[in-house]
Amino acid sequence: MDFDLIVIGSGPGGYVTAIRASQLGLKTAIVERAELGGICLNWGCIPTKALLKSGEVYEQLSHLADYGLSSGGASFDFPKIIERSRGVAKKMEGGVAFLMKKHKIEVLFGVATLEKGAPAPKVTVALNAGGKRTITAKHVILATGARARTIPAIGLESDGDRVWTYRDALVPKACPKSLIVIGSGAIGIEFASFYRALGADVTVIEALDRILPVEDEEVSKAAHKAFEKRGLKFRVAAKVTKLSKSKTGVSVALEAGGKAETLIAEVAIVAVGITGNVENLGLEALGVTVDRGHVVTDGHGKTNVAGLYAIGDIAGPPWLAHKASHEGVHCVEHIAGLKPAGLTAPIPGCTYSNPQIASVGLTEAAAKAAGHEPKVGRFPFRVNGKAVAAGEIEGLVKTVFDGRTGALLGAHMIGHEVTEMIQGFVVAMTLEATEEDLMATVFAHPTMSEAMHESVLDAYGRALHI
Amino acid sequence: MSIDILMPALSPTMEEGTLAKWHVKAGDTVKAGDVIAEIETDKATMEVEAVDEGMVEALLVDAGTENVKVNAVIARLAGEGDSASFDTPASPAAQDDKKGGPAPAAKAAPETPPSSHPEQAQGAVSKDATTAPPKFNDAGERVFASPLARRLAQAAGLDLKAIAGSGPHGRVIKADVDAARGKAPASAPTQSGAAPAAAPRQVQSLEQQGIPAGSYDLIPLDGMRKTIARRMTDSFRDVPHFPLTVDLEIDGLLAARAKINAMLEKDGVKVSVNDLVIKAVAVALKRVPEANSSYTPEGIALHHHADIAMAVAIDGGLITPIIRAAETKGLAQIAVEAKDLAARARDKKLKPEEFQGGTFSISNMGMMGIKSFASIINEPQACILSVGAGEPRPVVKNGALAIATVMTVTLTCDHRAVDGAIGGRFLNAFKALIEDPLTMIV
Repeated sequence: MDFDLIVIGSGPGGYVTAIRASQLGLKTAIVERAELGGICLNWGCIPTKALLKSGEVYEQLSHLADYGLSSGGASFDFPKIIERSRGVAKKMEGGVAFLMKKHKIEVLFGVATLEKGAPAPKVTVALNAGGKRTITAKHVILATGARARTIPAIGLESDGDRVWTYRDALVPKACPKSLIVIGSGAIGIEFASFYRALGADVTVIEALDRILPVEDEEVSKAAHKAFEKRGLKFRVAAKVTKLSKSKTGVSVALEAGGKAETLIAEVAIVAVGITGNVENLGLEALGVTVDRGHVVTDGHGKTNVAGLYAIGDIAGPPWLAHKASHEGVHCVEHIAGLKPAGLTAPIPGCTYSNPQIASVGLTEAAAKAAGHEPKVGRFPFRVNGKAVAAGEIEGLVKTVFDGRTGALLGAHMIGHEVTEMIQGFVVAMTLEATEEDLMATVFAHPTMSEAMHESVLDAYGRALHI
Repeated sequence: MSIDILMPALSPTMEEGTLAKWHVKAGDTVKAGDVIAEIETDKATMEVEAVDEGMVEALLVDAGTENVKVNAVIARLAGEGDSASFDTPASPAAQDDKKGGPAPAAKAAPETPPSSHPEQAQGAVSKDATTAPPKFNDAGERVFASPLARRLAQAAGLDLKAIAGSGPHGRVIKADVDAARGKAPASAPTQSGAAPAAAPRQVQSLEQQGIPAGSYDLIPLDGMRKTIARRMTDSFRDVPHFPLTVDLEIDGLLAARAKINAMLEKDGVKVSVNDLVIKAVAVALKRVPEANSSYTPEGIALHHHADIAMAVAIDGGLITPIIRAAETKGLAQIAVEAKDLAARARDKKLKPEEFQGGTFSISNMGMMGIKSFASIINEPQACILSVGAGEPRPVVKNGALAIATVMTVTLTCDHRAVDGAIGGRFLNAFKALIEDPLTMIV
């Protein structure tokens, strides 16, 4: 037996799992076919935040006069923006390499395949540097993540030139003048927000009847308005029937409300969801149960094959880095016999558009559907002192409580930096706070977070500043 | 430095007890193992032994004091060193573990069940046998629980102290209260933080139901009554149960009993019909082991031994002392043990392990002339046998009316573990043994 644990994939699921395993005294190896840190650090969460920050600062330059400031004409150097984003990713990747070393985790760069073995499947790594190495361990955790879903039949697949996935959209040679984004989830909206900030003519197509369809309906609506104000265009309840390419761009045929329409742009971004990386791992030969592109696991990440576990995107939605890390830590603590608390913690979701969107728990509609009698509170930033002072008055905080028990069921926010504020509600929900505890909590003044307090008070008819 | 002696928890569900008697007085010197006090709970009376030595500095609770909370300081020893400081809250785990934290100077005799001991029989509150016993803290007051859990427990009329916590450091969370309420925690998608909460059962007051205040006396609910109420409600609501009834002719059994008792007279042992029933049940369970089982989410537990719990009525309720591994014991031994257990049950002198953890229950109301009845499943046991009175009844034999002594028994089965066919096979095996008692010895 070479190791106690082999982790396949070094994204935020895999590398965090490996660190926790090392902390628990397990001799651990991690296999990565590309860059340490996976999509999140290299092609997802982190480099997009770098781009979005460039876009946000650039946008603010056009509002300098609002703050009594002036400066020369604003402009941007697109390759420099991309370069900065790549630099940030590189820096973070280096950080993961350091952490692996610090925790004495052996890193194997290569492509892993599994074969039958006991007590866990054997792992053969086709090393990127050449050659093969077969390693064995008591436990194997799959953390291979996911990739963009494509629909080749109607042209929704990357060609790296005119049709992009998130990966292409992170490293274009030039900023497109016009752009069609297909899919209005977090990924689609973030790219739409970034390219719009740099002046591109952006249209977002959403198949469902509202953008950001997983968010609370009120937040969706507010986001729609806020984005439109910035010049984003939307087609909702619109079905893409065909994406065609020409030398100069793309044309997207769609149907909405029984009417056909064709949109034209330089570039299209396909952001229609995620599919798990379950292929070429040898899962079929092992008999691993896979359902619609995701490995099926029990409450602790265990698959139906002895010694084999799966965590993160490959194990199913929500496809979020922090969910992957959380599952990985739980899984490895379970392996180590620690009996971690169940995987029931509420998982927040954030969209880093301008304005930002953040939420946790049940939407008002979902709460009703689940049989709660929700008590709902709202508070707009427009009457919050700090927001007014900062010139960031867009958005609101909405809270959903169970009318019978006072349990906080969900919180939904749109506004400036709300992705940093949502954590307050996540802590409250994780600790099973009730409205009473939140009302009794002192919020610092002046902060935008006071709107969180007010939203809670409003749910019980006690809002102070509205 | 002095050492605090705390009120011990004699069972996982004990919340308070009566300090019946002191065996020491201030100024006495005690050493480890000395009996220093007697504690009475709803179920038992126990001796408390000193675990440290030292001089009794003060007795802080008078003998005869009722409702002394678990972990309250009852006495103080003048010990050596710096072992104890009462204002440091200590978890029960730390207190059980002499290595960590302030050690209590007293322990119950016998030792309270270790935390891994599944709560069973009369003691069970949580159905999750892996959870730790209830968390007491400080002077038995502070219980770590989430705000939502507190509110839900209050709404459901549950005592948080009696609920095993599954959160970090044993914190009681919503799921624990749901479980204690006998409701499986509603499965919620991972992203949703909370599942729909069940509305607590609405019970109208007697006044609301037209019975005026003052027209009745109210007997307060003691610990045993609350335990019975909770366990029976949980079981009757949550366990899909069904009764199977069969008539047994016991003339042969009665004749055998007379012979056996004549033989045993010189030893002063008297075998009752109930003892014969216990023996027959144990042998029948050996033949049909599926009936000696417990349903768990992980699978059906088939118990290795027939640990027969027999219901004994006592003041204010009932208790089910256990004849362990009854299939290995002779009739005389069963008779002696059953008599001793029943007597000590009535005196409330049973130790927790003597009434917790049976695998099959018997409730006999024959002596009260009850013809037949169906008991409520005693979780986690899959079966309970209700034994009626043996009485002369007309029976048809070879086409002609005859008289036989007949006893009706009813087996209540937990359908999740025991199907009708299993229950039937068990009753057939049991009937064969009772009607031809000689077969019990082969």
